[in-house]
Amino acid sequence: MKQEWHGFDPGSWMIDINVRSFIQHNYTPYEGDASFLVGPTDRTMKLWEKVQELMIEENKKGIIDAETQKPSTITTFGPGYLDKDNEVIVGFQTDKPLKRGIMPNGGIRVVKKALDSYGYTLDKTTEEIYTQNRKTHNDGVFDAYTDAMRKARHSGIITGLPDAYGRGRIIGDYRRVALYGVDFLLDQKMHEKKQLENPTLDAPDIRQREELSEQIKALKQLKEMAASYGYDIGKPAKNSFEATQWTYFAYLGAIKEQDGAAMSLGRVSTFLDIYYERDLKNGLITEEEIQELIDQFVMKLRMVRFLRTPEYNDLFSGDPTWVTEAIGGMGLDGRTLVTKSSYRILHTLYNLGPAPEPNLTVLWSVFLPKHFKDFCAKVSIDTSSIQYESDDIMRDVWGDDYGIACCVSAMRLGKQMQFFGARANLAKALLYAINGGKDEMSGEQIAPMFAPIMGEYLDYDEVISKFDQILDWLSELYINTLNVIHFMHDKYNYESLQMALHDADILRTQACGIAGLSVVADSLSAIKYAKVKVIRDQDGLAVDYEIEGDYPAYGNNDERVDQIAVEIIERFMNKLRKVKTYRNAKQTLSVLTITSNVVYGKKTGSTPDGRKKGEPFAPGANPMHGRDKKGAVASMSSVAKLPYRHSEDGISYTFSIVPKALGKNEEDRVNNLVGMLDGYCHNRGHHINVNVFDRETLMDAMEHPEKYPQLTIRVSGYAVNFVKLNREQQLDVIHRTFHER
Amino acid sequence: MKKIGRIHSLESLGTLDGPGIRFVVFMQGCPLRCQFCHNPDTWDVSKGMEYTSDSLMEEILKYKSYMDYSNGGVTFTGGEPFLQADFLLELGKRCKENGISVALDTSGFILNDSVKELLEYTDLVLLDIKNFDPLVYKTVTGVSLSPTLKFLDYLKEKDISTWVRYVVVPELTDNLDSVRKLSNHLDAYPNVKKIELLGFHKMGEYKWKELGMEYKLGDTSEPSKELMEEVKGILEANGKVVTSNV
Repeated sequence: MKQEWHGFDPGSWMIDINVRSFIQHNYTPYEGDASFLVGPTDRTMKLWEKVQELMIEENKKGIIDAETQKPSTITTFGPGYLDKDNEVIVGFQTDKPLKRGIMPNGGIRVVKKALDSYGYTLDKTTEEIYTQNRKTHNDGVFDAYTDAMRKARHSGIITGLPDAYGRGRIIGDYRRVALYGVDFLLDQKMHEKKQLENPTLDAPDIRQREELSEQIKALKQLKEMAASYGYDIGKPAKNSFEATQWTYFAYLGAIKEQDGAAMSLGRVSTFLDIYYERDLKNGLITEEEIQELIDQFVMKLRMVRFLRTPEYNDLFSGDPTWVTEAIGGMGLDGRTLVTKSSYRILHTLYNLGPAPEPNLTVLWSVFLPKHFKDFCAKVSIDTSSIQYESDDIMRDVWGDDYGIACCVSAMRLGKQMQFFGARANLAKALLYAINGGKDEMSGEQIAPMFAPIMGEYLDYDEVISKFDQILDWLSELYINTLNVIHFMHDKYNYESLQMALHDADILRTQACGIAGLSVVADSLSAIKYAKVKVIRDQDGLAVDYEIEGDYPAYGNNDERVDQIAVEIIERFMNKLRKVKTYRNAKQTLSVLTITSNVVYGKKTGSTPDGRKKGEPFAPGANPMHGRDKKGAVASMSSVAKLPYRHSEDGISYTFSIVPKALGKNEEDRVNNLVGMLDGYCHNRGHHINVNVFDRETLMDAMEHPEKYPQLTIRVSGYAVNFVKLNREQQLDVIHRTFHER
Repeated sequence: MKKIGRIHSLESLGTLDGPGIRFVVFMQGCPLRCQFCHNPDTWDVSKGMEYTSDSLMEEILKYKSYMDYSNGGVTFTGGEPFLQADFLLELGKRCKENGISVALDTSGFILNDSVKELLEYTDLVLLDIKNFDPLVYKTVTGVSLSPTLKFLDYLKEKDISTWVRYVVVPELTDNLDSVRKLSNHLDAYPNVKKIELLGFHKMGEYKWKELGMEYKLGDTSEPSKELMEEVKGILEANGKVVTSNV
């Protein structure tokens, strides 16, 4: 046994890379309450003050600083510090805190544009290299896009595609670096490469050999980067500090190399807890020191920054990085995976105040310990900074060592990655069905031409049959577009370090998504249960609708329409399943919009549910604003019906409630929130964001942002600083259904 | 034959009318005309939506998991639910069969055989005592106080768990002498587990206007925290449990 592992329970994890086995053999479930938690140390507070000063400056200027010349790699920048005396966990992405690096492998145009928009100029030589000598992912994609793909992208029926920036949504198993040390991981990778010396080498093997070589290089660079801070991470971590620092170095390497949309952390708190418990038992560390490690680690995670364009911010507002950390859950053997460190990481929201990042995600189960449930509910009520995802659903599908990438995408750590596919606008697809494939905004023929609907009133069966036709076209086009994107991303912007922290053979998912679910469900319900009259312009294009009578709206726990929503998902998913994918990725689907529900709405004409042209969609799987009239639980119950087996990339629901509506006092509120989460989880709801605040607070924050630097709200699948949203998005949040009674 | 009930509305997330998460059924029709009522649209017995006991029970059962996990249940309020005691009796029985806890929010104005039978299936009564001074009670509600007090006696006799509710309206129900008398009176009722003080608010004012009725409390302010604390202090005498929502 390696000496760093002294005191650990041995198992198969010592021979093969198997972090789960290590955890299962060694962790200490915790069923007690929160009374052991301690406040921040002086060092932490001093450092946090400096960080906050920087963040205030950043808010004023947009960004603090940006690199304009050197593309970021794992080793581009030497060590950077903010306050060496008080900094316990070290390492920044560039040479200065909050300074943004450039990663042109995704696309040089985006880098140039982003720099321009903040008043920086891209170095001429760098620009030349990436336009003349070194091809980017973005160039590759546009070399291969078909006309149909370009049209679909331009009309907005498929948007947010990662064709000009890093795809993200890959989680390296960063814990491996702490547990095994980089040298062991290098040996493994060399062994994997050796295994691929086949008698005949065809393209897939050649590609994998090249990728493994890239991974080996990345691991060597990671070691070099850590050495520049004075640490040898070739060896396993031997104590609490090293385990935390090594894990952070591994993650830091990934965010130096890649600026993918979502750069999630995985599931580290219970892993780290094993080191903390060992040191506690041996009298080598105090609770204060452990909390200091976690506070400082989290502080670093709050400082992750990427250079983004203003257009990007319209889609994903508030500068999110999705440093998602999955907390808690249950083990397959029935023991809870909650440890003291599950509490400690949530406690950073008190020690450092609320914040959107890291994206703290509690894996909820009706079987979680009662004390932990109560604590989570209290943290939600106090900070609105955590989201919940059903471990009871996901454990069945993904086991008990998965993380969450981005908002709701579960993946087994080190064993699975996804090809991020943004989303298709199904509300627009419905309008194409009515208009014979023409875009309702431009009149342009986007889908192949077919007969539009001519009648004065919409007929349900006719609309469904044409909608089905459009979805056939859309699903094929969508998957093929993603195939092009991910082929090129692997080729020109490969995530070598993150993939080095995976097994050689992994499951890939082709993660498609839909926007506008509630708009389509309500539209079809209106067509079926009320009368919908079509208003056409002089060219015969259907541009508006008049509804006569009432229809059951999604969000009221009414089977008539909820089943329509279920059916839409199943129908689209089954079509996606039929299309061949790049690298045989398994097709999955999400019902998630991030904050792009506003942009999607802007690009979509009036819909038969009564929504007017340009008005926002509801986010994710939410019912449309104000149409859920039976209260929050009815709304949740509708969402919980959406089938996870047909949307394995996640179903996002955002819920906002005023404190008084949750109960009369803190005890009642905690009890009722726990009851809601349990009921939702029991009913097979997948994800829920919980916001607890008054509408008045948000109105005040719009007018006086300086008073609310840390006001955090949960939007679709992640959290943002409310004051960082643009006005339109702020209003969307405020208009969104608040449950007040 | 299945009974038909008239329902004003349904709320799936009730957290203010009994313990835990409640499915709240607002029954249509009320014999009282309280000046501070925030649901005057529930008064008219001829309005509302019709539900059979089957269709309403089907709605209630959709929310059972939420009730179970929060120790909640269903609350019938209104309006005055006991106006439709025959209809509710069927539901009360069905709720018991399904292990659902039943609360009834009432003024205690009606106590007939159906009501008595329904109370056998009731886990908690939320009894609204609008005032303890008979004259003020009449002014506030338009009806007399004595049926409510008889109702309270009956609840004691049957040992039915009861939360008394009292709405504090400045210059209307802040007659502290009568609050003291109420406090003394309640000392003799061990079945009263809790007293809930509710601060007057004007969120229902717009409904009065929509119904074309004169709202007499337009100039009345919401009670101060001090007033609520004072009333609370009086009612807490002899160890009674009192909560206030202000």
